[in-house]
Amino acid sequence: MKPEVWIAIGALTAICFVIKAVGPVALGGRDLPYWAERLIVLMPAALLAALVVVQTFADGKALALDARAAGLAAAAVALALRASVLVVLLVAALTAAGLRALGVG
Amino acid sequence: MSAIVFSGAAQFATLAVLSAGGSVITAIVAATLIASRFLAIGVALGPSMRGSKVRRALEGQAVVDASLILARTGEGRYGVKRLLGSTLPQYVGWTLGTLGGVLAGESIPDPKDLGLDALFPAFFLVLVWSELGDRAARVTAAVATLIAFVLIPIAPPGIPVVAATLAVLAGRAVQR
Repeated sequence: MKPEVWIAIGALTAICFVIKAVGPVALGGRDLPYWAERLIVLMPAALLAALVVVQTFADGKALALDARAAGLAAAAVALALRASVLVVLLVAALTAAGLRALGVG
Repeated sequence: MSAIVFSGAAQFATLAVLSAGGSVITAIVAATLIASRFLAIGVALGPSMRGSKVRRALEGQAVVDASLILARTGEGRYGVKRLLGSTLPQYVGWTLGTLGGVLAGESIPDPKDLGLDALFPAFFLVLVWSELGDRAARVTAAVATLIAFVLIPIAPPGIPVVAATLAVLAGRAVQR
């Protein structure tokens, strides 16, 4: 591999370490005020909803509507029908794969 | 890279920039932006950690996206044992999977043909679905969705997810 790849890997290792350490170092080890706890309770809903959107509809810096969106829609239907997690994931992958096999998305 | 960076999204961002002929600096900046969501996830899990700063910094390294749900022990509380227990298998799988890809990469079909890229959003959908029990969480998720859609075309990749955490303020406004 070219040396710049190793430079990037080394720098990222350090950066990711710091990024992941900031929250626990700054906020751990003590009790937070009530208002902060109420906000933190809501963090998973915000982060996970945004991750769903980004991983389905983002193509770099552009919005895209492709087979991933169909997979997500199928997963939502499976979830609404109370399917198990593995079934939901399978449905999503098979839907996207099927559409692509047909030349869509 | 999988063994020491251990942030899939950041790794993919680096490789995308480098293989497109971008500079090392561009690659590092892009990956840092993508990884910045762990600032926010660290804010969610950090308050549950005890012990020395060094210990908390090291425990923070085990945090992955799914930790938000898998490591949770109660409302807004997270257990370090659950965190480590849920991340360790993922770390092993991720590292071995990378090794397998390096060794067998040539003979594997395009993951997109298998629909594997649809797995990630579906998995996060499963996780967020379990969150939507109360009104505050539903409002938070809806506003976060909106923020992400608006920011994807205008902000660098990575920023939409971090900015979407502002949705907790909207959720707080309707809480209880």
